[in-house]
Amino acid sequence: MITPIIDVTDASKTYDAGTPALDQVSLTVEAGEALAVLGPSGSGKSTLLNMIAGLDRPGSGQVTVDGVRVDELSEAASARFRRERIGMVFQFFNLLDDLTVLDNVLLPARLAGMPAARARARAGELLAYLRADRHARAYPGRLSGGERQRVAVARALMNRPPLLLADEPTGALDTASGEEVRQLLAELNRDGQTIVLVTHDTALADACATRSIELVDGRIVRDTAAVAR
Amino acid sequence: MSATAQRGKRSLKSPLGRIVRSGVSRRRVQAIVMTLTTALSAAASVLAAGLLVGSQAPFQHAFTAQHGSQLTAQFTGAKASMAQLASTARVAGVTAAAGPYATASLHPVTDSGASTPPGLPMGQLTVVGRPGPGGPSDDVDLMSGTWATGPGQIVMNTQGGGWGFGLGAHLTLPDLPGDPTMTVVGLANSVSNTADAWVTPAQLGALTAGTTPEYQMLYRFAHAATDTQVDADRSAIAAALPAGALTGTQSWLAVQLAADGKTRAFVPFVAAFGILALAMSVLIVGIVVSGAVSSQIRRIGILKSLGFTPAQVVRAYILQALIPALAGAGLGLVAGNLLAIPALAHAESAYGTGTLTIPVWIDAAVAAALLALVTAAAWVPALRAGQLRTVDAIAVGRTPAPGRGRLAHRLANRLPLSRPVAIGLANPFTRPGRSGTMTSAILLGAVAVAFAAGLATSLGDVQNALHRDKLGDVTVAVGEGLGGAKLTPVSPKQVTADIAAQPGTSDYYATSQTQVGVAGVTGGVPVVGYTGDTAVAAYQMIAGSWFAAPGQAVVPTRFLKATGTTIGDSITLTEAGHQARLRITGEALDTHGDGMQILTDQSSLDGLRLGPEPQRFSIRLKPGTNLADYVHALNAKFSSTNAQAQPDTDNRATVIDAMEALVALLTLMIVAVAGLGVLNLVVLDTRQRIHDLGVFKALGMSPGQTIAMVLTSVAGIGLVAGIIGVPLGVIAHNYVTPHGQRRRHRHPLRRHRGLPPARTRRTRPRRPGHRPRRRRAPGRLGRQDAHPERLAHRITEVPVLGWVLVDAGRRRPPARDVGGRRNRPPTSRDPPN
Repeated sequence: MITPIIDVTDASKTYDAGTPALDQVSLTVEAGEALAVLGPSGSGKSTLLNMIAGLDRPGSGQVTVDGVRVDELSEAASARFRRERIGMVFQFFNLLDDLTVLDNVLLPARLAGMPAARARARAGELLAYLRADRHARAYPGRLSGGERQRVAVARALMNRPPLLLADEPTGALDTASGEEVRQLLAELNRDGQTIVLVTHDTALADACATRSIELVDGRIVRDTAAVAR
Repeated sequence: MSATAQRGKRSLKSPLGRIVRSGVSRRRVQAIVMTLTTALSAAASVLAAGLLVGSQAPFQHAFTAQHGSQLTAQFTGAKASMAQLASTARVAGVTAAAGPYATASLHPVTDSGASTPPGLPMGQLTVVGRPGPGGPSDDVDLMSGTWATGPGQIVMNTQGGGWGFGLGAHLTLPDLPGDPTMTVVGLANSVSNTADAWVTPAQLGALTAGTTPEYQMLYRFAHAATDTQVDADRSAIAAALPAGALTGTQSWLAVQLAADGKTRAFVPFVAAFGILALAMSVLIVGIVVSGAVSSQIRRIGILKSLGFTPAQVVRAYILQALIPALAGAGLGLVAGNLLAIPALAHAESAYGTGTLTIPVWIDAAVAAALLALVTAAAWVPALRAGQLRTVDAIAVGRTPAPGRGRLAHRLANRLPLSRPVAIGLANPFTRPGRSGTMTSAILLGAVAVAFAAGLATSLGDVQNALHRDKLGDVTVAVGEGLGGAKLTPVSPKQVTADIAAQPGTSDYYATSQTQVGVAGVTGGVPVVGYTGDTAVAAYQMIAGSWFAAPGQAVVPTRFLKATGTTIGDSITLTEAGHQARLRITGEALDTHGDGMQILTDQSSLDGLRLGPEPQRFSIRLKPGTNLADYVHALNAKFSSTNAQAQPDTDNRATVIDAMEALVALLTLMIVAVAGLGVLNLVVLDTRQRIHDLGVFKALGMSPGQTIAMVLTSVAGIGLVAGIIGVPLGVIAHNYVTPHGQRRRHRHPLRRHRGLPPARTRRTRPRRPGHRPRRRRAPGRLGRQDAHPERLAHRITEVPVLGWVLVDAGRRRPPARDVGGRRNRPPTSRDPPN
């Protein structure tokens, strides 16, 4: 029996005593899958992603990622868990503007204690793979949106995380850059990277997801395997 | 290397180090602001702490630093040789001694380079022949120039101060053969006040050739903390020499009394500014550092999303704050010590002490306190951010918490103001914490400015109040010791007649001083008897009124406390079995005589049968009278008599200038620190609201309107802080100068004289047809004003000082002359009466 890399069981989350952002959500994701989480604004997509990343905790239910109950981790343990097991890509890149591209990419490796030489080699390899190596010494502020997102992906993959989480990765990009990122994620998944991406972009879901779920008002209303690419 | 340093070094090599380095180097404006703030705060703190420490018993500190002379003894060469005098250094109890130095009492006149016109007599100066400023006792501070090394050179003691000699100035000695001229080559400070001036021993020998030599020895003792101990030391010295060799002594306790009297006036001001500067430094450093960390919450969120633990976040941001803080503290310490040179020089001038310096421990303490403060200021928001939910940190780091300021916006919208101004007014309520700190910074700045403005106006009044013992133009001193025994004693009546007849005389009065017993007080109490136009002699009154008739007396606050008396009570003066009973009519602002001096009409003392004759005549000149001509003309009348006229040359202006410069410097620093803090907050706020500003502009807000909105948001805070801060500054000023409070609660004349309000006003508008009262004609020595309320009406009110509330517990009998002369004539060596 294959253990799922993500196992969410009856997870609920309510903010400020209002409508639940997540309502009894259960979900499993197998390693190697590319799951697209779709849904309208406020449907609970980002909340689900944050719970999987250990950035947020469910009010009730369990979230297990790569065999670790992330909903039970302390802040510090959660941070260590993220640096080793999770790669995150955000809509607005969240690169540190005061670090160079190379330093941004190296940061997770340094946090995880990877030897400097190995980290540099890995960063060079990733940047070359993502066609961002010529910007290694530049600061993020000088890059285009697509380039920044490629750097963000490189940073997310630096520690070879078993799980890559992407929150609207094409949301802030123009069409051409969005297409670049779509191809990149699809390529990564083909290489075996497990991906969970939250998006409004059905084209993105179609291009790189092997499966998609749709959330409405905190509940999964649809869960389907995508048409084979 | 310490464990902390090693940890710090490791941190800088780690990912944390990368984050810290980039946080500092790539955020240059913020780093520069933090460096500047810390530097200014460090400088202000060093200066403030230095002044505070320097203001704690400045005389004692300077005295200790100079190994001050605890007993300055005068000997006649007719009775003891130099070898005998030198041998007194081995008398039991003597721990250090300097001398013997030859001394002379000279009567120079100004020539050039003094603040007073040439040709004016300087009175009697004690000039000492001394090879150098150093020594085991009275290690004199050479403030400028050089020590006298050859003939014609003289070093002036800045303790005298009043003549305002600069380097290169000249004075002549007309009472010596050939009228020799001396050139001032150095200015030195002897806290022990052992001489008015110094020359080389050879020069002194030349100046005093043919006369009996006199010598000075400067002693320090194992025990000299009390008058009794000093008396015992004096007796031991006298016993070691032939009888009559010791002709006079000056105890350091007497010098201390005079010095402390001067110092007390300024310590509250300086201390208040010091505390204000320290408070401002703490507040601004806190504001800037915590603001810098708070502005990076989103960055912290990103770091946490990448796997930074809360502890790593806290460490990173503390280090990030400490790097510019360290640089700033270093710069600030250097700047503070440099700024302290002129500032402490001003304080020295005001205090009349020797060189004040910043102790090393202050530098160390300020650096440590600042770094601790920076750490704490960074730690609190960093910890908060570290514990914040990562998603919140990323998502809401740039925007205020929802819901804040809604009410303020609604209320501002109802005002008849343009929209941008209304938004600007309401904006501070969306970030109440930041607005609060900005308000505090502006408030403290406003307090400092209001306080400084109050002080600037009070200082002159304070000095005038302190120098009410003379009218300020000319003093005529009468005494057998003045001018030598060959001179004919002149009667006070004759002096009075001469003064009255001299054109240019406006007002004058005469005083005599003696010591009497007061029931309930141990030791002698100084009493000053006035004759002449006593109303113009009125001191600044704290309560009650100036004496108006024989049998009445005015005393200082300390006297009232020490004797447990109040205004309206009577006191009994005793002397050799005779008694005089006086009723206290007022509480005067007076620090002379250790705050125990009784001021009364001369005829009040008739019952004591003291018979002291007036020794000092204080004269005020008519406007336009030439001071030098007046003094020369009066001295021409006094030629061959034991009276001599001298211009009053107190150092009032110098002290006021020094204090005003000090106040201006400290105010400037406080305002600069406050301004920097406010600027930092405005920049931070504007940066964080850049998205909002973009939205406003997209909606059609013009650049002018945008600027108006931003300015209004600060102006509103500034207005509120100003409205609160200015009265607080006034209250602080009144606290340090409590006259304001006391005046509100009890008007001296109204309460104690029962006069109607109209008569107690300082000034009254002239009524139509009102005939101004004629000014009193001078020269009515011995007459008393028959209308006490008129006298009272002439007493002006000025703000007074905090020191009138000083402790009354310490009581020290006045120093006695070794010869037991209680009514000796005044000399230039005397502390101001």
